[in-house]
Amino acid sequence: MSDNLVLEPGASVASTARTDAPPAILMDRVNKWFGALHVLRDVTLSVALGERVVVCGPSGSGKSTLIRCINRLETHQEGRILVDGTELSDDVRALDTIRREVGMVFQSFNLFPHLTILENCTLAPIWVRRMPKAQAEELAMEYLTRVRIPEQAKKYPGQLSGGQQQRVAIARALCMKPKIMLFDEPTSALDPEMIKEVLDTMVSLAETGMTMICVTHEMGFARQVADRVVFMDRGEIVEQGAPADMFENPKTDRLRLFLSQILRGH
Amino acid sequence: MSQTTMDPRLLRAPPKRKLRLSWADERVRGIVWQVLVVGVVGAIAYWLWSNTVHNLEVRRIATGFGFLDREAGLPIGESLIPYSPTDTYLRALTVGLLNTLKVAVVGIVLATVLGTLVGIARLSRNWLLSKIAGVYVEVIRDLPLLLQLLFWYAILQALPGPRQSLNPVEGVFLSNRGLKLPWLEWQDAHTYALLAFVAGAVGTWLWARRATALFLQDGKPRPVWPAALGLLVGLPLAVWAAFGAPWTVDWPALRGFNFRGGLTMTPEYFALLLGLVLYTAGFIAEIVRAGILAVPKGQWEAAQALGLRPGAVLKRIVLPQALRVIIPPMTSQYLNITKNSSLAVAIGYQDIVSIANTTLNQTGQAIEGIAIIMLVYLTISLSISLFMNWYNARIALVER
Amino acid sequence: MSDITLDTAVAKAPEAAPRTAPLSQIGLAGWLRANLFSSWINTAVTLVVLYFVVRWAIGFIEWGVINAVWSVPDNQSQACRDIKGVGACWAVIAEKHRFILFGTYPYEEHWRPALVCLLFVGLYVVSAMRRFWRKELALIWIATLTVIGVLMWGGVFGLSYVPQERWGGLPITLILATFGLAFAFPLAILVALGRRSKLPAIKALCVLYVELIRGVPLISLLFMASVMFPLFLPEGMNIDKLLRAQIAIILFAGAYLAEVVRGGLQALPKGQYEAADALGLSYWQKTGFIILPQALRLVIPPLVNTFIGFFKDTSLVLIIGIFDLLTAGKTAIIEPAWQGFGVEVYLTVGAIYFVFCFAMSKYSQGLEAELNRHRVR
Repeated sequence: MSDNLVLEPGASVASTARTDAPPAILMDRVNKWFGALHVLRDVTLSVALGERVVVCGPSGSGKSTLIRCINRLETHQEGRILVDGTELSDDVRALDTIRREVGMVFQSFNLFPHLTILENCTLAPIWVRRMPKAQAEELAMEYLTRVRIPEQAKKYPGQLSGGQQQRVAIARALCMKPKIMLFDEPTSALDPEMIKEVLDTMVSLAETGMTMICVTHEMGFARQVADRVVFMDRGEIVEQGAPADMFENPKTDRLRLFLSQILRGH
Repeated sequence: MSQTTMDPRLLRAPPKRKLRLSWADERVRGIVWQVLVVGVVGAIAYWLWSNTVHNLEVRRIATGFGFLDREAGLPIGESLIPYSPTDTYLRALTVGLLNTLKVAVVGIVLATVLGTLVGIARLSRNWLLSKIAGVYVEVIRDLPLLLQLLFWYAILQALPGPRQSLNPVEGVFLSNRGLKLPWLEWQDAHTYALLAFVAGAVGTWLWARRATALFLQDGKPRPVWPAALGLLVGLPLAVWAAFGAPWTVDWPALRGFNFRGGLTMTPEYFALLLGLVLYTAGFIAEIVRAGILAVPKGQWEAAQALGLRPGAVLKRIVLPQALRVIIPPMTSQYLNITKNSSLAVAIGYQDIVSIANTTLNQTGQAIEGIAIIMLVYLTISLSISLFMNWYNARIALVER
Repeated sequence: MSDITLDTAVAKAPEAAPRTAPLSQIGLAGWLRANLFSSWINTAVTLVVLYFVVRWAIGFIEWGVINAVWSVPDNQSQACRDIKGVGACWAVIAEKHRFILFGTYPYEEHWRPALVCLLFVGLYVVSAMRRFWRKELALIWIATLTVIGVLMWGGVFGLSYVPQERWGGLPITLILATFGLAFAFPLAILVALGRRSKLPAIKALCVLYVELIRGVPLISLLFMASVMFPLFLPEGMNIDKLLRAQIAIILFAGAYLAEVVRGGLQALPKGQYEAADALGLSYWQKTGFIILPQALRLVIPPLVNTFIGFFKDTSLVLIIGIFDLLTAGKTAIIEPAWQGFGVEVYLTVGAIYFVFCFAMSKYSQGLEAELNRHRVR
C-alpha cells in the first residue's frame, strides 16, 4: 500500500474483480416501500468478490436505502438478498454472520463520542470477534496507521476534524476484517479540503482488493476506482456499466441530465 | 493545541492598573454598586433582626435549642426506632427525620422503576401503549401534587373498615386502617441470611469484574450467571439452613376492631408514597424518554453495522450516552421527592416538617423549629448537589 | 455535497410504473399491523393493554355516569350514602360548586369573583398572543389588575365592601399565581443578571439567595411566612396572612425563574455581548435592548413550564390555612352531610387545575415548535 498516494486524474486502479468466484452480494428483484412510497423497484444487482461498485443518482433515488438493505439496517419487503452466500432473513444468526463480514461507513461518521478513537476501533473486535484486548489494540493501531492518524488514538471523536473522524470510521470498520465495505456518501458531510484525505484512504483501500460499494457523487473517484457504475433514479437501476462508458456515452436521458447537473454543480 | 515554547517577550505579566477615584472608572463603579447593594441588604437584614430580638423580648420567648432536651409529650403514629411520648423533642425530631427518609428512599426507588418503564413505554412502537403512557404523563404532571395526595388519602379512607376489609389474596388486607401484609417472624437466622445475600451480591460484582478483565485478556467469555446463582441464592439459603431454617409467618388477623400481627402500611404512609411515586414517575418518564432520544439513530446503526447484538448496543453505546443526559435532571427529581415529602403534613404522616411544626406550636420556638426544617433539607440538597457536580465532572464529554 | 434532483418534465427515459405496496402494508390494515400487531409480543401487549383500558373505562362510566347520583333535595345526602362505592355522588358538586369556586364570598355578590376569574383568563390569553408582546402589555396588566382589585374589595362605584378574609376559592388561586408571577419575574431577571455579574459581592448574594431557596421545600417558606414573619416586623405592625403567603411565593418562584433566565443568558452567543459592547452601550442599555429580549425569547418554553409548576404549587397554601381553590374543596366536605365524598370533589377541583395547566402546557409545546422552526430557517 502506497503511503503517500497522489490522485491524478485518469490514473485508475487496476481491477481486482474475480468473476469466477460466487458473487459477494446478490440482490434479486428487491422491492421496498416506506409506507405507500415505493423506494426500491425490482432492483437486481450482483457484485463479484473484489469488485468496486459506485452507486450514483439524484437524491431520493433510493441508493442509500439500497446499501442499507445489504446489512439490514433497512428491511426489504420483497425479493431476496444474499450476502457472501447467506440469505438475509429474520434469522438473527444469519444476520450476525453477515454484519461481521460487512463493514459500513456513514455520511455522518457515527463515531461513539464517549469512547476514545482506540476504543471505537477495538469495541467490535473485542465484543463481537472475542479478540483479546491487547491483540485488538494492536490491530486497531495498525489500521489507524494505515489511515494515517495513529497519533490521535487516545483522543475522543469530538477533538478531531471531520475528515479525521471519517478516516477513523473507516479504520473502525476495517478492524472487523470485513469482506465487503459499504460507503454511504462518506464525503457528503465534509468540508471541501477534507474530502481528498478521505478519498485517498478509500483509493488505497480499493488497491488492496476489497469488495466495495460506494454511494457517492465523487465522479473522479468513480472514474479512478470503480469497476462498474450503477445509476439509480426513482428507486430503480436505470443504467450500469464501466465508468468511462457511462460518463462518455450515457444511453438514457435521465443519466445525461444527471451528469450535466453534476458537472454544473461542480 | 500546539505547545511550542513561547517567545519570552510574550510572557511578560500585564501591568497593574492603578485605581482612579473617578466615576468614569469601571472598577470604581463596580465597588460603589457592591457597597450599595450589600449595604441595603444588610440594613434590611439588621432591621428584621432587631425587630425579631425586640419581639422575642416583649413576648418573653427564650431563644436557643434547650427545648430539645425537654419531654416532647407528642404521640407519633409510626416510627422506625422505639419511641414513646415521654421521650425528648430531639428524639421526636429524629423519628420525623427517619420517617422523611423512609418515604423518600422508598419513593425514589419505586418512582425510578415506574418512571423508566413509562418512559420506555412512551417510545414503544406499540401505538396504544405509547399513547397511554403519554396520557398518563400529561395528566399526572398537570395536577397539583397536594391534590393528588388528598385524592389518594380520600380513596383510602373511603375503604371499608377492618371488619369488611378487602382481602384480594390470603393474608393481605386493605382497609381504612391501611394495608396489612403477612411477614416473617424475624429471627437471627434471617439477619445472617440477609448478610449472606449482601456478601453474595458483592462477590457477584467482584466476579463479574474479574470475568470481564479475564475476557479482555484472552477473549474467552466466562459466564457470570452460575456464580451469581450460587452466591445470591445458594449462599443465603445455606446460611439460613445452617441456623436451623426457621420459618414462621406472622399472618395478620382480625382481633376485635383491628388487626394484630403482620406488617402494616398506614393509610397516611401509603397515600403519601403512592402520590409521590405516581407524580414523580411522570417527570422521570419524560427525562428517560428525552435521554434515550438524545442518542442519535446513527449510533444504533453504527453499532449494529459493526455486528453488536441489541443488548450489547444498549449496554455499551446507548446507555452510557443516554445516562449523561438523564442523570443530572434525575438527581433533581430525587431532590424534589425529598422536598415534596414535606406535603405529608397535609395528610397527617409524621415526617420531619410535621413534627417540627407540632414542636414549634407546643414550645413557641418558631425560629428554631423552622431553622431545623431548613437545615435538614439544606443538608440533603447540598449533599446531592455535591454528588451531582462530581458526577458531571466525571462524565463530561471531551470536545474540542 | 450537492444534492441533485432530476426535473421530471425533462427526463423522458422509460420508467417502470411505481407499484403500490402490498395491501398488508398500507391503509388501515397496514397501520394496525405496523403499530399494534407487528409481532406476537406486540400483539400480546396490545391485547393486555386494551383489556385493562376497556375494563377501567367501563368501570369508570358505571361509577361516574350510570350509577351516579346527580342531585339530592337540600343537603339530604342519604341517597349518596346508599350507593357509596358503586356510584359517584355528583350531588355534592351540584350542592357545593359555588362554595368551591368562590369560598365564603357573599353569595349574592358571586358575579364579582366570577368576573374576576374571566378577567384573569382574558389577561392570560392576551399575554399569550405574540402580537401583543409589546410595551403596552404592561399597561394592560396594570389596568386589569386594578379592575380586579376594585371588583374583589368593592367599597367604590356602589359595590359593597368585601373584606379580604371572605375571599376564597378560584380567585385566590389565580391571585396568588398571577401576582406571584408579576412580581417574581422582574425579581428573577435581576437575580439572574446578578448571578452573571462580574461583581463578587453581588454575585455571592444572588447565589446565596437562589441556592438557599431552592434547597428547602416551599412549605418551610410558607411556615416561615405564617409563623416567623410576625416576629420580623416592628411591634404593632401587621401584614395579613394572604399577603405574607404571597411574599413567600414570590421569593420562592423568583429563585426558580432566575435559574431559567440565567439559562437563557448563558445560551446567548458571546458575539451578542461583544457586539453590544462594541456599540458603546452602557450596561443597562446593553442588557435592556440587546441581551434580555433575546435571552428571554430563548427560554419561553422552560419559563412556561416553570409557571405551570408554580401555578400548581400555589395549592400548598392549604397547609397554612389560606382559602384557595383546593382548600375550598377540602372544606366543602367537612360538613357532616357531605363527609366521605372527597373523591368526587377532588376530581372536580383537579379538572379545573388540569384545564389551566394543560392549556399552558400545550401552549408551551406549540411555541417551542414554532421557535424551533424559526431557528432552523
